[in-house]
Amino acid sequence: MPGPSEPTHHEEHIVSPKLYLVIGATLLIFTGITVGASLIDLPGDLNAVVALAIACIKMTLVVLFFMHVKYSSQLTKLTVAAGFFTFIVLITMTMTDYISRAWGRW
Amino acid sequence: MDSHTVAAQTAETAHAEHEHPAFLRHHFESVEQQRESATFGMWLFLLTEIMFFGGLFCAYLIFRNWYYPAFVAGSHSLHLWAGTLNTTLLIISSFTMAMAVHASETRVRKALIGWMIATIILGSGFLCVKAYEWHDEWVEHHVPGLNFSPQGFLHGTKDYPDDKLSLDMAEKTQVYFSLYFAMTGMHALHMIIGVSLLTILLIQAWGGKYVEGHVAPIENFGLYWHFVDIVWIFLFPLLYLIRRHQ
Repeated sequence: MPGPSEPTHHEEHIVSPKLYLVIGATLLIFTGITVGASLIDLPGDLNAVVALAIACIKMTLVVLFFMHVKYSSQLTKLTVAAGFFTFIVLITMTMTDYISRAWGRW
Repeated sequence: MDSHTVAAQTAETAHAEHEHPAFLRHHFESVEQQRESATFGMWLFLLTEIMFFGGLFCAYLIFRNWYYPAFVAGSHSLHLWAGTLNTTLLIISSFTMAMAVHASETRVRKALIGWMIATIILGSGFLCVKAYEWHDEWVEHHVPGLNFSPQGFLHGTKDYPDDKLSLDMAEKTQVYFSLYFAMTGMHALHMIIGVSLLTILLIQAWGGKYVEGHVAPIENFGLYWHFVDIVWIFLFPLLYLIRRHQ
């Protein structure tokens, strides 16, 4: 076990170019789907939901594979998770204020 | 050793006591620890960037809720082909940047340089398309505070005849365009900084750096580049794809 004076050991994992190619192609396909879906009249707010959902999937692929987070240490994973958590707090807490008293203000 | 002996040491004699690569700084125990620390630091910076852009996205959410028809009309005035092309360029540039990191990890100098050049070209292409788009908004009088005119929004367009707005809602398209210029402007500034930094790294790589085990700068620049790509991945649907069906 690493002690206080020993650095933690983290295996260096080199991601293969083939995987990068697959992820890149997937991202481009999702871009096409996003544009295609936007041209279809979906009920209610579904167009926005679909577009953002696909964007979230693309972001996850970039973070996990292009940014190597899937193969990174616990420290890095925790840091990324903390970032997302804080961002979610920013959005939801701000929006609860507006949703509760000023929704659709116009 | 007394202070005179220490002072008299050269780089060679000092390091005779502990061999280590030149790029390993003395306050780290190993290359691995140095790399991990640098990555941790870069991620902390990216977290601040997430919060920074988050504020702009939050403002966007609120104003889109308040002035939806104005946002629809504003979004329709953007060129869908330009946004799609830019998204494609950035995604491919993220691929080339990941390949550059791979080249640094596998210590292949030519590949590293090639992939870095490809990333610079794609990033610059993005900025060219953006410049064209901004010029277009200027020509159409969509720049709030400079030459904005609501005239274009009082009648529908050929593709979107329902985009006819009342005068006060047409004035609200300024909110949409303010956010458009603020968000794409901030993003473009990050792109310009990125391309500039990458050019510096390229010159250093040309001189032989980053293929002898010192991967961290390339890897952490890659983190920055991918982050800027992710911001655009969200900007594209939010700005360009509001109610695009006809």
